[in-house]
Order: sequence, then structure tokens, then C-alpha cells
Amino acid sequence: MSRVLVGVKRVIDYAVKIRVKPDKSGVVTDGVKHSMNPFDEIAVEEAVRMKEKKLASEVIAVSCGPAQSQETLRTALAMGADRAIHVEVAGAEYDTMQPIHVAKILAKLSKDEKADIVIVGKQAIDDDSNQTAQMTAALLDWPQGTFASKVEKTDAGLTVTREIDGGLETIKTKVPVVISADLRLNEPRYATLPNIMKAKKKPLKKLTAKDLGVDLAARIKVISVEDPPVRQAGSIVPDVDTLVTKLKEGGHV
Amino acid sequence: MRFSFAIQTLSSDIPSKSIKKSEMKIYGVYYSQLIFLNYVLEKYKVIRKQFGNIQPSDIDYFKTILSEDRVLTDENDVLPFNIDWIKNCRGQSKLVLKPKSTEEVSRIMRYCNEKRLAVCPQGGNTGLVGGSVPVFDEIVLSFMLMNKIISLDELSGALVCETGCVLENLDSYVRERNLIMPLDLGAKGSCHIGGNVSTNAGGLRLLRYGNLHGSVLGVEAVKADGTVIDCLKTLKKDNTGYHLKHLFIGSEGTLGVVTKVAIHCPALPKAVSLGFFGVENFEIVLRLYASAKSSLGEILSAFEMADNDSISSTVQNLKLPNPISDYPFYVLVETSGSDETHDAEKLTRFLDKEMESGLIIDGTVTSEPAKMQTIWNLRESIAGAGLIDGYVFKYDVSIPLANYYSLVPLLRQKLGSKAIKVYGYGHVGDGNIHINVTVPKYDQEVCSMLEPYIFEEVAKLNGSISAEHGVGFRKPHYIHYSKDVTAIHLMKQLKQLMDPNHILNPYKVLPELT
Ligand SMILES: Cc1cc2nc3c(=O)[nH]c(=O)nc-3n(C[C@H](O)[C@H](O)[C@H](O)COP(=O)(O)OP(=O)(O)OC[C@H]3O[C@@H](n4cnc5c(N)ncnc54)[C@H](O)[C@@H]3O)c2cc1C
Ligand SMILES: Cc1cc2nc3c(=O)[nH]c(=O)nc-3n(C[C@H](O)[C@H](O)[C@H](O)COP(=O)(O)OP(=O)(O)OC[C@H]3O[C@@H](n4cnc5c(N)ncnc54)[C@H](O)[C@@H]3O)c2cc1C
Repeated sequence: MSRVLVGVKRVIDYAVKIRVKPDKSGVVTDGVKHSMNPFDEIAVEEAVRMKEKKLASEVIAVSCGPAQSQETLRTALAMGADRAIHVEVAGAEYDTMQPIHVAKILAKLSKDEKADIVIVGKQAIDDDSNQTAQMTAALLDWPQGTFASKVEKTDAGLTVTREIDGGLETIKTKVPVVISADLRLNEPRYATLPNIMKAKKKPLKKLTAKDLGVDLAARIKVISVEDPPVRQAGSIVPDVDTLVTKLKEGGHV
Repeated sequence: MRFSFAIQTLSSDIPSKSIKKSEMKIYGVYYSQLIFLNYVLEKYKVIRKQFGNIQPSDIDYFKTILSEDRVLTDENDVLPFNIDWIKNCRGQSKLVLKPKSTEEVSRIMRYCNEKRLAVCPQGGNTGLVGGSVPVFDEIVLSFMLMNKIISLDELSGALVCETGCVLENLDSYVRERNLIMPLDLGAKGSCHIGGNVSTNAGGLRLLRYGNLHGSVLGVEAVKADGTVIDCLKTLKKDNTGYHLKHLFIGSEGTLGVVTKVAIHCPALPKAVSLGFFGVENFEIVLRLYASAKSSLGEILSAFEMADNDSISSTVQNLKLPNPISDYPFYVLVETSGSDETHDAEKLTRFLDKEMESGLIIDGTVTSEPAKMQTIWNLRESIAGAGLIDGYVFKYDVSIPLANYYSLVPLLRQKLGSKAIKVYGYGHVGDGNIHINVTVPKYDQEVCSMLEPYIFEEVAKLNGSISAEHGVGFRKPHYIHYSKDVTAIHLMKQLKQLMDPNHILNPYKVLPELT
């Protein structure tokens, strides 16, 4: 049976309106509600289902981020992960942390924890990088099944259905493997009350990137963060002819 | 008299399987089955009163007050204003006016009063008792263009705005300034603040912030004769004489037209959590309420319940996720406070205690906004979900808590297989239950089994036949079940005083004027 490592990132809740800081150095995070990246919830759900189907022996949730990331880890534990590892990254280091850093941490932890399957969300809804799974697979030199919308156990390993531009692609992969979860992989559960209570007592280990020998030196500098352009107000046209004329005028057709 | 009416043009652009909040606009009425009967009209043989008939010269006059595009006469343009949200009522108006200012409203009213033209004030048209649509050919006065925010005092929380501001827009606006609207309801994406005031809407925050008679600071209204009554103070205290604003709160457009509203917005709670629990029976819902009141105290901001049929129909009909498994009753508990740690501690203690005691069998609790939204959305969608089954008889009653749920099993028994479902859900904290009876299509027999039976039962239990939705067109004949004759008489005297020609929202609220 496999041991599954799941990456969970703490991001601004998707129901919250994002505001850019006045100095354009980033977005306002103080006093703003955060929760688990929705794609990571799907990853956790998949890992927990693997355990429920007795395909996995243990589910370990990992989060790299500030102290509050532990809340995100508690949510993963309440959903059914067995234990958690918090790799504390805070302040300026967190601001410039990129998928390459997270991938290095996940790769190192996979070895240390003897994990055979790493599942992460296909992207985080804050930075939208979509790189962590791929980089982790490369660093470990494991196969990868990205944008998974279905994961099944087969004799030699796993069969992964991938969502690609043209439709669906089915691949077979050996274990160990890195998987990234797409939206349709599953519908994550709500943590139930008894499990929320139990999660408070599950083990949560704290590490630093230094403990893992990962250098977090910044590789990028944020020059400016700006609001997307405001959508222009629409107008109502009386009939189809006017619509067509307007579209032509605007050079849209 | 049965109406037939083609509304293909409308129904074609409406998705046939789901009602999302965004679709609940005027055009977003869910037309699954086109039942346009006005059974009140039939049953009580309501006849048109001696009002003036709209002449071309009247329309010309209105065009001098309003720009041409704000005078709607085309049948297709007027149609949506004639049909109410639950498609119970359909009027026959031929004219919609869309004023942009108090001055325009005043001029329209003065003219209508002189010409004895009847007027139906309409806000977001989400009212559930047929009050917002005309009965015959009353002129629809739509406030959709009176939607400006006038001022907000961030310290006192006093918001002043025009009547047609959509509740959800106001809420977003004040939230950005760390305030919150004192009311919230499932129709927030469409209903207007003026409509809320005119119906004294209750909703989901009433337990915490009280009703609009408390939070509305001031009202500007136009009387039937066009006089502008300025009670638009933003003061919390103003004991100078009679509190006239109350005449416009909850009078459903029969005493005057609300044009501006000043309302008190409380501070935005910093910490909000939501629990959704499954429990075994209604008795336990009440015990849990008692426990929540004492354990959560000042942070308890909502206590709602729904029976199994309410939730399962909503989940099935609208394809919404149920965050927990199947239970006979569901309870939703919201806390709002200013300190996350403090609130979480209290909530955890409450949950620990009641899971231990066995009152809560299972459930989930979250303070993540997106998850809270999903749960609230499930609760708020119950109101519309039944429409997918065909036709819904909806009752909104107050019943003292001990008997709060007792009518639902009674009705189930009485109706048997005649109903698809009979379910109850509502604001336990306010003693207000919504009872819905769904049937494949409107059925006179079912109707007469329900009414006046249900009102008689409510009266016996010392309840109110209309807790928050009002009387509108559907219930004037039943008002006596909840109001004393002397009170009804005083209501009529007030009507006579304020609208002597009875042109404002006729056939509504008051039983036949004698
Ligand atoms: C020391 C002190 C402190 C006060 N503090 C406050 C305060 O903090 N806030 C505040 O608002 N006021 C305050 N007041 C004013 C006054 O006490 C209140 O207005 C109080 O509510 C009056 O009640 P009462 O029974 O004494 O009425 P009265 O003084 O007897 O009557 C007051 C008015 O009500 C009418 N009235 C009385 N009973 C009835 C009835 N049953 N039906 C119809 N009309 C009736 C009377 O005709 C009169 O017009 C204070 C007064 C004092 C002396
Ligand atoms: C999904 C859903 C959920 C709902 N939930 C709740 C709830 O929880 N609690 C609750 O109380 N109600 C609820 N309602 C009922 C309804 O939405 C409220 O009563 C709402 O306040 C009506 O506002 P509106 O702007 O849509 O008014 P309308 O429906 O347009 O009008 C309602 C009445 O007010 C009059 N009116 C409107 N605007 C004015 C004005 N400016 N001046 C004078 N009269 C006016 C109309 O003539 C009519 O009699 C719900 C409705 C729906 C569809």
C-alpha cells in the first residue's frame, strides 16, 4: 500500500473580493479570510478516498507558509489526513516563494517520509502557476499524471484520466508518481463535526526549509501588482440589426 | 375566467433546470409551467373598481415628465412587470413608468390622483403575496432606476439611498466600509430596499438585528396626492411627535410610495462561523435552540431549521450539494462576533456539549466564506426549489415555538397523495415557519383543502397568518384571522386619510373597503 503526501496551500478564500495594496506591492491579506486552495481540497479528498479504498496506508498533508497555514492543515486532518507537516515560511521569504521552492520541499519530504504518491492541486487560485506537480516530478524523477479527472488502481500502478485541451487522455503510470488534481476529479467532502474534533488531536510536525536543506532565496522581484482593467459598462441595443452594426463598427465581426 | 397568454419569448432564454441567484432578476422568474391563473381573483370575484381608463393623452402627459424610454407600453416590455415571482398572479397592466427621482414620482402621483388612475408600486418584484403586480390595469410604477446611494456615515452607520437600490448591492457597498446591512434574504440579488421597507421584510438577520421598524431611521415618501413627506432623518433618536415613518414600513404600497430610505447599518462582524447539523426530531431542534441561546449568547446571529423534505427537494431539484448526510431535521446556526478566538472557543464548547448530549447527531462547521456561502445558498434556495415540481402553495406563518412545526405533519396527513411534498423550514429564532405544499399543477381542490384550514389552525395557535411576507393580494380575505376588527377599522381610516381615492395598490392588504 502506498503512502500519500498531499500539498495544501493556504490562499485567500475564493468568495472574498481581492484588493490590491495601495503601494502596489501585492494584495491585501491582513484581516482577510483564507482557506484551503480549492484544488488542494480535491487532492486531499482523493488521497483520503485512496485510504478508504485501502489503496493507501497513510495520508500526510504538507503546507508551506506562515503560522496560519496550520489552520489549513487542520482542515486537511479533519477531512481525513492522518498527520500533517508544516514547513514554516513567513515574511519576505513567503512573498517570493515560488513553485520551485515548494517542489524542492515536497520532493525532499517525499523521500524522508517514504511516500509513493504525491498529490497536489493543479494550481493555486492565488498565483495560478500550475508548476508544482511538474517540478516535483522532475526533481524526484518520477512519472507525472497532471490535470487528473480520474485516478484508478491497476495492476502495475495507476490509470490516470487527464483533462487536456482536446478532451480526455488516459495514461498508465507506475508508482511512485506525482498527480495533480483537476476540478472534476471529485467533490471534496465537508469535514464532519466528530472529525473536526479528532483533527485537533492529530500529530502536526513543524519544520523549516532549512531543516530540509532547501534554499528559499528569492528568484523573482515583484515590481508591481495591479488591478485588472475595469470592465466597461455595457449598453442595450434595440434590435439585432443595430447589434450587428455595432459589432462591425467595433471591428468584432 | 382563465388567462391564456403566450410568453415563449420570455421562457426561451431562461434555463430550464436551475434557478441561480443571478437569474432571479425580473426576467429570471422561473417559468417551468405556465400557470397563470389568479385564483384569488376567481375565488373572491374581485372586480375592477371605478378608476379612470388610461387614455393616449395620459401617456403623452407621462412622456412629458419622463423621457420616452421610461414609459413602457409595448406588451412584451410590460409583461414581466405583470407577473409575480411565484407566478401566482398576473395582472393586465398596459403601462409601466420608470421614474428616476422623487420629483418625478410626485408629479406622476399628483396626476394619477387627479385622473383617478390606479397605481401599483413595484420594487424588485420578489414579493410572495401578489402585492407587487397589478390586478387589472393599474399603472406599474417601477423603481428600478431610482438606485443611487446618497450618503453613508461610516461612524454612525446611517446609510441613505434611493428606494430602488438592490439589497445585495447595498450590502456589498457597506461591507467595503466595514458595515453590514441589517437584513438579508434569499431574494437579495433582486429585491429593492424600498420593497423591503414596504413589506417590512424579515429574513435571515432578524434574530440579530431586529426588524425594520427598528433599523429604518427615516423614510421619504410620496402620498397618493403627490405630496412629498420628508421623514428622512438619520437620527437614532427623534421623539418629535408621531413616528410617521412607521406608516410606510410594512404597508405594502397602500399608504404611500417610498422614495428614499435611511437605514442603520451595524458593524461588519469580524468573525463569522456557520454550523449545519443533522438532528433526529423537531423536539431536539427546540432544545438545541435553547442551548444555543444560552451557550452562544450575544454571538448567535441565526438559528434556522429545515425538515428533510425541504433539503432533499432542494438538493434534487436544483442539483445542489448537501454538505452532510440525510437527517430528519437540519439546523443551521450562525455566529457573528468580533474576536475569532473567543467565538471559536464558545462555539466549540457548545458543539462539544451537544454532541456529547446526543442532540447533534452529525454536522459540519466552517468559517471559510466560500463554504459558508454554499451552506447558506442551500438554505436560501429552498424557497424557489419547489417551483420545479410544478406549483407551490406557500405559507409564511408565525407560530409560538411549542407548536412551531405541528402544522406540517397535520397537512401531510390531510393531503395524502394529493401533494408531491409538504415541507417546513424557517427562522426558528423568530418563531416563523414557511410551509410549502408542492403539487404538479395548480389544483382548486387542494387549494380549498388548504385554505382557510391553515389560517384557522394558525389562529387557534395564536399565530400570525403572515409572518414576514405581508398580505398583498393573496391574503386580505384572511387578515381577520390575525387582526382584530377594531384594528382593521383603524387601518381603513388611515387608508382613507392618506389615499382618499384609493388609487394606491388597490385590491391589496385591506379587506374590501366599506
Ligand atoms: C430622573 C429621570 C431620568 C430620566 N431619564 C430618561 C431617559 O434616560 N430616557 C428617556 O427617554 N426619558 C427619561 N426621562 C423622562 C421620563 O421618565 C420618561 O419619558 C418616562 O418614560 C415617562 O414615564 P412616566 O410613566 O413617568 O410617564 P408620565 O410622565 O406620567 O407621562 C409622560 C407622557 O406620557 C403620557 N402617558 C403616560 N402614560 C400613558 C398611557 N398609559 N397612555 C397614554 N399616554 C400616557 C402622558 O400623558 C405624558 O404625555 C427621565 C425622567 C427622570 C425624572
Ligand atoms: C427567494 C425569495 C426569498 C425571500 N425571502 C424572504 C425572507 O426571508 N423574508 C421576507 O420578509 N421576505 C422574503 N421574501 C419576500 C420578498 O422578497 C420580500 O418581501 C422583499 O422585501 C420584497 O422586495 P421587492 O423590492 O422585491 O418588492 P416587490 O415585490 O416589488 O413589492 C412588494 C410590495 O411592496 C410594494 N412596494 C415595493 N416598492 C415600493 C415602494 N418604493 N413604495 C411603496 N411600495 C412599494 C409593492 O407594491 C408590493 O406590495 C423572499 C422572496 C423570494 C423570492
